[in-house]
Amino acid sequence: MAGKLDLDAAVVARARALAARAGQPVVDLARSHTTVSVERAVLRLAGVTGADPDGIPWVNRLVDAVRADVGLGHGVAVPVFHAMETAGVEDVTVLAQKAAAGSVRFTMPARPAKARQRARRATAAGLKTIDRRRAERDRLIKRFGDPKQRPWIYLIVATGDIYEDIPQAQAAARAGADVIAVIRSTGQSLLDYVPEGATREGFAGTYATQENFRLMRAALDETSKEVGRYVRLTNYASGLCMPEIATLAGLQRLDMMLNDSMYGILFRDINPIRTFVDQRFSRQIHARAGIIINTGEDNYLTTADAVDAAHTVTVSQLMNEYFAHEAGLADWQLGLGHAFEINPDLPDSFRMELAHALLARELFPDAPLKWMPPTKHMTGDVFRGNLLDGFFNLAGALTGQGILLVGMMTEAVVTPWISDRDIALQNVRYVLNGAGNLHEDFTPGPFIRGRANQVLSEAIDLLERIVDDGMLNAIADGTFGIMKRPADRGKGLDGVARQDEDYYNPVTEGLA
Amino acid sequence: MSIVRPYGDTTGDGMVQLSFTLPIPHDKRAEGAAIQLANKMGMDPAMLVHAKPMGDGFTFFVVYGKVAHLVDTDKVQVVERDFPLLSAKEVNAAIKRGLRRRLNVVGACIGTDAHTVGIDAILNLKGIAGEKGLEYYSELSVTNMGAQVSVPDLVETARERKADAVLVSQVVTQRDAHLQNTRAMSAAFREALPAGKRPLLIVGGPRFDELMAPELGVDRIFSRGTTPREVASYLVHALAGGSK
Repeated sequence: MAGKLDLDAAVVARARALAARAGQPVVDLARSHTTVSVERAVLRLAGVTGADPDGIPWVNRLVDAVRADVGLGHGVAVPVFHAMETAGVEDVTVLAQKAAAGSVRFTMPARPAKARQRARRATAAGLKTIDRRRAERDRLIKRFGDPKQRPWIYLIVATGDIYEDIPQAQAAARAGADVIAVIRSTGQSLLDYVPEGATREGFAGTYATQENFRLMRAALDETSKEVGRYVRLTNYASGLCMPEIATLAGLQRLDMMLNDSMYGILFRDINPIRTFVDQRFSRQIHARAGIIINTGEDNYLTTADAVDAAHTVTVSQLMNEYFAHEAGLADWQLGLGHAFEINPDLPDSFRMELAHALLARELFPDAPLKWMPPTKHMTGDVFRGNLLDGFFNLAGALTGQGILLVGMMTEAVVTPWISDRDIALQNVRYVLNGAGNLHEDFTPGPFIRGRANQVLSEAIDLLERIVDDGMLNAIADGTFGIMKRPADRGKGLDGVARQDEDYYNPVTEGLA
Repeated sequence: MSIVRPYGDTTGDGMVQLSFTLPIPHDKRAEGAAIQLANKMGMDPAMLVHAKPMGDGFTFFVVYGKVAHLVDTDKVQVVERDFPLLSAKEVNAAIKRGLRRRLNVVGACIGTDAHTVGIDAILNLKGIAGEKGLEYYSELSVTNMGAQVSVPDLVETARERKADAVLVSQVVTQRDAHLQNTRAMSAAFREALPAGKRPLLIVGGPRFDELMAPELGVDRIFSRGTTPREVASYLVHALAGGSK
């Protein structure tokens, strides 16, 4: 499908080169810092599990104890595994319990080689589990098969109760969903720990926990067998615990994770440095686990105008691509996001949507692309909403989108009812049946080509400004999605530390 | 003409449409059950125009039918706009005259609500539907704290900025979070500041009942479809002695 827009290859190459130049200082920042959540993810891979009686995970208690004694800048692996030896403890979780009780002290050994080796061995076991899960997914896909059509149909469940989510997710898969996303409880992104166990209470969503991941994946494995195609499971590696949630996703064979490079900064006011450090580690894990990431460019268009800010989506996609490649993700793992959010009252709104969607398609020909439905202009007029969703589906089919998040006509009214989901899937099926191959007959004219090229050239202008200003300054100035987020503010900054000379992280070493 | 009834295609025909799901498999009995429900809801006769099985044990129905009910528009209770709608110029002039300084507004989405679309539509320069937001008004000094602001932070910022008015947006309504958050917010302001010093408290969101202001401890509730101009006009009315 490439080549309908007559994009100039030299211009595209220039856009990528600018994105790399803008992103490089951020990567340097990520490589020279660590965070509490990165260190906790290391400990999870080393085998620390469970939580104290108050529900605070042992990884949190252990990292806090290490930090109090020797700081975070060395990484926790060496002090933890050194303490294992000096305290004569075999099990890291037991060490965490002892540390929480105050009966273990942490120090940096003069010669860290032995502790490093033990840490490496322990985390290698965790990485091996992730590798086994990935192989298991490959086997199941071979056995049950991939969806017959593109785009894959992506549906959300969100009841707050994992045991209520499971039958809903299974019903959605039977009704045609290829990907199930369990929306997280509002506010989980700002928790600096990952809750434990199966959960039955949440606000507008269900907590992401290792046990919830396991339960849902097991249920969808059953359904995959029943429907004869592998049903993928999605969750959110975002917020303050991004690295840990990515790790848990790898350990429980989740298939896709929402993982944007800037979403937490812009929309949750999480500190930019915290986000970039956490994001790099989480993407390294996703790369290893064979997980497809979904980026969140759609969100920019819910706060800024979808026409005026179209180029910010392109810029963010290019940045997300750069950061993703740098972290080891392959093109097939890049579900770069964009959305159908142009005001439907504007003349030629649908043609502009096609231009933007096609631009993303042609800029990233090997990425699956995540196509997000209208939300901003959904009003409660469910009849008009259903029509808009139909046009959204048509744009998705016509421009070869890889993952289509099914829009609900009751967006902005209620969390989807069973009938809303059924009507929405009927809408998708009609469009894909009736027009799924229309892209073969569709050749854009001067309007769409012109608009796409204009957005690309605006994106290049903006990238040039970002290179001049520096990425962190651009974020501080409100370049993306209007929100201003200075690098020295935001939530989670106190969990960031500069790496010391002797910083050691056995996982990043193992992933490199 | 204070007595009306629904209109299909003829005055007085009383026609309405209804859709719903019953948790039973689709068969003749299910269709009968749907008509029974419509009858009990006052639709008589009720025409079942669509029935579709969904999944294993559910059926979706669309019913058209006639209702006999009359509504008396004189007996409807609503919060009518009790202040004049002003232009931006009039708002600015009224503030200059009434306060002799800029009017300070602090806005936020509180609690875990991350949906800034409402507060941004009212506050951001960009505004909504072609109408500029409060930042556009030269005599309004606007602080937009964004999403997921804690109540103590909001109170602190309101105090620091000497806020004349605090605007809170709440979109998420699951488990009545919007009501609980609003009550917590108004209680915190009552606790932190004496009555005379308390800023005007305004909440907005698509699912609020405008009649609930006293119950929630706020001065005003704005519901779906509110424009920045209405909010600005209300601020002037309540704080700057109107527009005379």
